[in-house]
Amino acid sequence: MQSPVLRSNPPRPKRVALSWAVLIMIWISSLTTLQAQDTLAPNAKSLPAEGSSEKAIAEYRQMLQDENPADLYVLKGKALWDQARGPKQRALSNCDLGLGGGVFKGAWTQLPRYFEDTKSVQDLESRLLSCMQDIQGFNSGELVRSDFSNPERVNLSLLAAYVASESEGLPFKVPLSNAAELEMYRAGKKLFYYRAGTHDFSCSTCHSDDSRRIRLQDLPNLTTQAGAGFAYGSWPAYRLSTGSVWTMQQRLADCFRQQRFPKPIFASHATIALSVYMGVNANGAKAAAPGLKR
Amino acid sequence: MSDPMRIRLQSVAGVTTVKVLMSHEMESGQRRGEDGRIIPIWNIQDVSASWNGKVVMTAEWGGGISKNPFMQFAVKGTKPGDKISITWKDNRGDSRTDEVLVT
Amino acid sequence: MQLRFEEMMNTRRNALIKGTALSALLLESLMRAEDSFAYQQSAFDAKTVAELNKSLGLSVPLESSQISLLTPEIAENGAVVQVAATTTLANVRRWIFLVEKNPIPLVAIFNLTEDVLPSITARCKFAQTSDFIAYAQLADGRVYYNKKEVKVTLGGCGG
Repeated sequence: MQSPVLRSNPPRPKRVALSWAVLIMIWISSLTTLQAQDTLAPNAKSLPAEGSSEKAIAEYRQMLQDENPADLYVLKGKALWDQARGPKQRALSNCDLGLGGGVFKGAWTQLPRYFEDTKSVQDLESRLLSCMQDIQGFNSGELVRSDFSNPERVNLSLLAAYVASESEGLPFKVPLSNAAELEMYRAGKKLFYYRAGTHDFSCSTCHSDDSRRIRLQDLPNLTTQAGAGFAYGSWPAYRLSTGSVWTMQQRLADCFRQQRFPKPIFASHATIALSVYMGVNANGAKAAAPGLKR
Repeated sequence: MSDPMRIRLQSVAGVTTVKVLMSHEMESGQRRGEDGRIIPIWNIQDVSASWNGKVVMTAEWGGGISKNPFMQFAVKGTKPGDKISITWKDNRGDSRTDEVLVT
Repeated sequence: MQLRFEEMMNTRRNALIKGTALSALLLESLMRAEDSFAYQQSAFDAKTVAELNKSLGLSVPLESSQISLLTPEIAENGAVVQVAATTTLANVRRWIFLVEKNPIPLVAIFNLTEDVLPSITARCKFAQTSDFIAYAQLADGRVYYNKKEVKVTLGGCGG
């Protein structure tokens, strides 16, 4: 029996060909849609209800958060702060983190900021580095050129964990009070959206929208107060996968690696600029460090 | 030189919940280093918990306990001023004791 | 003839009594800190649950719904998984925690006195998706168990 499409008119070759072309196109597009679905949900039958994995992961994190191993590292950082160390054998006691020598409470939530004595905008790690150099005599150039496994870099992370923990629960107040800070914010924003590397990634590829994830891991939206507050405010953090505390500098270095970018220089302007961007976006949100990450 | 444990107590009606966070590498003995050789096992083997000097619990641990171990248990019949003490010993002969008072 | 039979029965009964007494004594000795009993290395070398049961001299454990396990459904990272076991069974003297699919299933043994509640929380490594199994051994030597699966995921970018 002839199909309705072909019956009413005498079948002219062009029209027949067109009809078949349309049908085939419709069929192919349906296949493509199915394939896209398969990529997103490979085992549709065995997938848990939407949102239940997120709930399960949240429960997993909750079970560990109350007794966060990071607290052990905060204790170590506190001990280091008061210890006479380095070539000059002095303690860091009077290191000025922005609120005056040795003042911790609220110091981290106002970093990065411009410092008159170094004439530059500094984040927590770079400020600790300059204090370690100026007060204790450590060679900051050497430390910058080494890597995160260097014992004094590890100590720097412990100090950072301690200082950040003293601002836990306080709102971020990262300043944009002068030209230098403003310039760093703009540079950070530009870097955030700058696509580069073999995969043409930028920070924004992963971090500029809500509901993005890699496998079961949510990716915070760093362009919003909530996302930046959560992400920026939870580093330094204890990482379960490495059993160690990472600072934001270390997190950024790993982001660069995952984007197939070259390794960033520790405490460089580029890394600080990104922290200025995230920190300012986080303003008003409450700091949660030290955090707990997988 | 071992790092201090963090012991937190929570007492309700004479039952004290003890939460202990210990600082220890807990190398499982299953991992291989970059040279391909097994990283030797390094773990807390023996744990004991005492209440006013009396041992109320002991434990034996293997490499399957996570790094920076956490343990929680509860002691019955405690009073303010009671002392809870935790000791660990590892396979290298290191040990550590920390204690806290029930408030 | 009868005497020999009775003798035999006595011997068997004595052996049974001695056996139970021995295992109870063993458990008691585990309680005393002065007895620095050797770390049960063979148990921590056992590569299967069956080997482990044998190494600890345990009879096949019986399942019990009176043992409750609190575990996460999904572990974001298998290196640290918090597990808790509690029970309404009376006279629990020992908890044995196992992660079935680990290269070494035995994770921990907890020896309890009457001064502690039969509830323990610990953090274990899970090499892969696996059952968490908790044995509760009572003062008379009987062993009960319950188990719960924990799914271990591959993570994202590290958080």
